[in-house]
Amino acid sequence: MPLVEMTDVHKTFPAARGGAAVEAIRGVDLAVEAGEIVGIVGYSGAGKSTLVRLINALETTTSGSVRIDGREITTLGERALREVRLGIGMVFQQFNLFGSRTVWGNIAYPLEVAGVPRAEQNRRISDLLHFVGLADKAHSHVEELSGGQKQRVGIARALATNPKLLLADEATSALDPETTQEVLALLRRVNRELGITIVVITHEMDVVRSLAHRVVVMEAGRIVEEGPVVRVLSDPQQQVTRRFVATIVDDEPGAEALAALHERHAGRFVKLAFRGDEVRQSDVFAVLLDHGVRFELVFGGIEEVQGETFGNLTLALDGDPAAVDAAVDAVRVLVPLKELAR
Amino acid sequence: MTDTNIGQLWPLFWSAAWETLYMVAITLTLGGLLGLLLGLALYVTRRGGLYASRPVNVVLNVLVNFFRPIPFVIFIAAAQPLARVVVGTGIGNPAIIFALTIAAMFGISRIVEQNLVTVDPGVIEAARSVGASRARIVRTVVIPEALGPLVLGYTFVFVAIVDMTAVAGVVGGGGLGNFALQYGFRQFDTVVTWTAVIVIVVLVQVGQLAGSSAARRILRR
Repeated sequence: MPLVEMTDVHKTFPAARGGAAVEAIRGVDLAVEAGEIVGIVGYSGAGKSTLVRLINALETTTSGSVRIDGREITTLGERALREVRLGIGMVFQQFNLFGSRTVWGNIAYPLEVAGVPRAEQNRRISDLLHFVGLADKAHSHVEELSGGQKQRVGIARALATNPKLLLADEATSALDPETTQEVLALLRRVNRELGITIVVITHEMDVVRSLAHRVVVMEAGRIVEEGPVVRVLSDPQQQVTRRFVATIVDDEPGAEALAALHERHAGRFVKLAFRGDEVRQSDVFAVLLDHGVRFELVFGGIEEVQGETFGNLTLALDGDPAAVDAAVDAVRVLVPLKELAR
Repeated sequence: MTDTNIGQLWPLFWSAAWETLYMVAITLTLGGLLGLLLGLALYVTRRGGLYASRPVNVVLNVLVNFFRPIPFVIFIAAAQPLARVVVGTGIGNPAIIFALTIAAMFGISRIVEQNLVTVDPGVIEAARSVGASRARIVRTVVIPEALGPLVLGYTFVFVAIVDMTAVAGVVGGGGLGNFALQYGFRQFDTVVTWTAVIVIVVLVQVGQLAGSSAARRILRR
C-alpha cells in the first residue's frame, strides 16, 4: 500500500474578485511508496505547491481521493485532519520559523500541539538538535541564525512528532549552493537513517539529481511525466522535461552553438547517447578508428546519477566520406546515434 | 509673574491627576481588551484568514468605520443614552469612562488589525501544518509574533487616551483636563494651566518610555 495515494485529484480555486477561477490541479494520480524520495518538478504555477498542500490537507480537494497510509482524508473533519497533519512534517522555502520563539521553542511547538509531556519534549528536542547539528544553538533566537541553520531548525521542527512523511516545499531554493548541499545531505540522512518518506518540490534539477529516487514532472496542473530519476534524466520524453533536464545534462548543441561548432570543426556531426554500462565509449571509439575516421568530441558530457552512468556526446567525424558512412553505420548498431545536420 | 492660586489648589490638583490616571487605566484595560478582541475578529475574518467570513468582516468593518471617525467630544454626547443603559448614568465619570472605553475600542481594533496583518502567513501555515487548531494559532502564533508592534500600538493608544480624558473635561468629566480648564483657563491662571500640562507631559513620557522599552525587549533590538 502506498503511503500517499492520490486518485484523479482536482483543485480549483474560486474566482478572486475580478478574476477567473484557477484550475490549479487537473486530474492528478500519484502514488508515493513508503521509504522513497519523490521529487516534483515544474515551473512556477505548474501546481506543485498546491499538490503537496493537498497531501497534508492545508488545501482541500475539489474532487478526487487522497489516501494517507490507506486512510481517505478528503472526507475528514478539521479535528481529524489536525491528527493527520501531526503525522506529516513540512519544511518551507522561507523556513517559516516562529520569530517569537527560540530554536528550542520552534522545535517544541509541534510537541506542544501534540500534547507530549514536558520531560519527553525535552528529550525529543535535544535528540533532534543533535541530529541536525545545532545543539549549541538551542537557545538562540531564529534571527541570529544563517539560512542553512534556519532550514535545519525547520527540518528538526518538521520531524519533532516522528512523522512518516516529510513534505519539502522548495526547501533549498532560498539557500546558496554550498548550504543547499548541506541541507540535501541532511534530508538524505532523514530518509536513510530515520526511514522517512520525502516528497520534495523544486524547480532545481540539481536537487532532484542528488536527492530523489523518482521524479514527477508537472505542467499546467497535470503530471506529464514520471519515472526513476536516472531514466528521466537520460531519456526525457516531454518538452518540459527536456527543458528541465537540459539545465543539468548536456543533450545536444542548439542551432546557434551547432553553427559555431561547424565553423571550427570539419566533418559530419553525430550525437551518441550512452546509457548505462552496456556499451563502453572505448568500444565506440575503437570502431571509428578501425574505419580510419578521425574524430573530435565537440559537445556533451557524462553524468553519474545514483551509481548509473549516462551521457550524450557530440562528435565531429572527419575522413574519407565512404569510411565515415561505414563508421556511422557500425556505431549505430552499438548506441543510439543522431545526425546533427549543418 | 501673574497672580496664581496654585498654592490653594494643590489638593484639588492631585485629586484631578489621580482621576486622570484612573480614567486612563480603566479605559486602556477595558478598551484595550475589547479592542484586541474586535481587532482579532477583523483580522481572522479577512479574506484568506483563519476564520475567513465575508459577511462578518463586512459588518465589523461598517461598524468600526461608522464609529471611529466621530470626534470624541461629540461621541461623549452621542453615547449618553447608551451610557444610561449600561452604567446607569449619562453624566459624570462613569459615563465618560464608558464613552472613552467604546471610542478606544474602535480605535484600538484598527491598530490591532494593522499589526496582525504584518504576521507572515508562512508561520501560520507552518503552525497549521503541524496540526495546530485555529484558536491555538491565534493564541500561540499570531499574537506572540505581532507582540512587539502591538505593544507600540498600545503605547500610541495610551497617549491618545490621555488626550481624550482631557477632552472629556470639557463636557463634565473630571481629571486634569477639567482642572486646567476650570482653574487655569477660566481664571486666567497660566501657572495652573501649565502645571496640569507638565503633569500630563510627564505622564505621557513615562508611558511612552515604558512602552518603547517593552517593545524593544520583545523585539530584542
